[in-house]
Amino acid sequence: MASTANDSQVMIQVKDVWFNYGRGPVLKEVSFDIRHGDFLAIIGPNGSGKTTLLKVILGLLKPSRGRIQIMGKDLNEFSQWQKIGYVPQKATHIDPSFPVSAREVVSMGLLSSKKSSRMNKEEEKSYIQRALRMVGMEEVKNRRIGMLSGGQQQRIFIARAIVNQPHILFLDEPTTGVDAETQGHFYDMLGYINKKQEITVVLITHEIGILNKHVNRVACLNQRLTYHGSHAEFCQSKTFKKWLAEGHHVISHQH
Amino acid sequence: MEGLLTYEFLQRAFIAGIFVAVACAFLSVFLILKRDSMIGHGLAHVTFAGVALGLFLNILPLATALGVAVLTALLIMRIKERAGLYGDTAIAIFSSVGFAVGILFATLAQSMNVNIFAYLFGEILAIELLEVWISIGLAGVIIGTMIFHFRKFMYITFDRESARVSGIKVRSLETLLTVLTAVTVVLAMKLVGIILVSALIVIPGAAGLQVATHFKQALFLSVIVAVSSVVGGMLIAFYLDFPASGTIVLFSFFLFGIFYFFRKEKRML
Repeated sequence: MASTANDSQVMIQVKDVWFNYGRGPVLKEVSFDIRHGDFLAIIGPNGSGKTTLLKVILGLLKPSRGRIQIMGKDLNEFSQWQKIGYVPQKATHIDPSFPVSAREVVSMGLLSSKKSSRMNKEEEKSYIQRALRMVGMEEVKNRRIGMLSGGQQQRIFIARAIVNQPHILFLDEPTTGVDAETQGHFYDMLGYINKKQEITVVLITHEIGILNKHVNRVACLNQRLTYHGSHAEFCQSKTFKKWLAEGHHVISHQH
Repeated sequence: MEGLLTYEFLQRAFIAGIFVAVACAFLSVFLILKRDSMIGHGLAHVTFAGVALGLFLNILPLATALGVAVLTALLIMRIKERAGLYGDTAIAIFSSVGFAVGILFATLAQSMNVNIFAYLFGEILAIELLEVWISIGLAGVIIGTMIFHFRKFMYITFDRESARVSGIKVRSLETLLTVLTAVTVVLAMKLVGIILVSALIVIPGAAGLQVATHFKQALFLSVIVAVSSVVGGMLIAFYLDFPASGTIVLFSFFLFGIFYFFRKEKRML
């Protein structure tokens, strides 16, 4: 991880968060911090509350108890959404006939920025080009999003999330339906975004296999937070050994 | 074409028709992609209650129809959110109730049968000057609003959740879209009638989406189909002495057929 002056800066603070859909709590007493430069993987089995936690952090769901702070501001006071990039879970399940080009999808990301209304076409074009270049998708920019492969679509959604040069990038199960080889390249790209662009990355997955050289923090969630710490410590922890014993596969992307 | 220049009533019909067609075309693409195309049909039925109320109270039916349609559209939106009704259940409920209320008022005002038929089946060639100005004004506002917010509407239609995370006021924009839809339905009612209004709200967008690969292209093609349908339909109706509303809708369906025929090419892009 590239060391910066801001390494200790808390980007997200989750304090004693509880959430329920009306049939018992889905999240209980969840507390942790996300710091500048982290590449955090939030892992847990299906139904453990990972996506719910992400939606609570992003203000899409209201917690029944607890407090979220983003960059030092309470969630309901936070307004700088252009500093947040988000790739939703359903990104790879889009309607293939939706008439929108890859370039149009990326341009949507600029709408969160207040400066976008003052941007001229050339500036906007350069932002989009830059984001497409970062994810290696310049060549497909004029193609309809539904005609791209799952891996390509996912890269386009990441380009949309980073086009504003956000400080934090959230990804919810980004490699669902993507083959193992593409996953390797995909995580390398995220590693590049994290290290070279200094964007904090928060990744939600049920696949323990994503634990690779790029991830430096791990949070295990099963309604409660059962582990939160460094990647290295996690690999020595009881939680990890228990997961392996339960038959979870680890796909190493140590290149 | 001589008749176009000679007859004032035809000029009025063309001017109002083209404005309303463009408004319908813009909304059409968004409503279809939001899986909300039946809202036009539902609101048209509710509009019947508004028209009947206006005729019953002897005030401009266009005004009462606008009020009833906008209020109902907002109510449908709220009920869909709060009551957690599946898909278009709320639309189906209000559609039937609206029509029932319309029948009730129509029966109470027994002397207005002729007028009611004009609203049910459209009477664009009999459009009055005041209605032309109202249509142009409102359609202009709708078109302007859609162009101004075009990219935000595209974002919330494509990926509502991400649009919310990026700080876009999704709910406000959805409410705005709902109100614009209600106003458009009322304007289109004069063109093709309550019974056929949903065709003008759905067919242009459906045709454009058959072949469009980009969003702006879909909107452009939708506008072409809507305007061609209204102009072509009215010309055919004028020269062959057909009813304008039915001819407009049938001509739009003909254009849809052409687009459907060429849809294969889209799969290759």
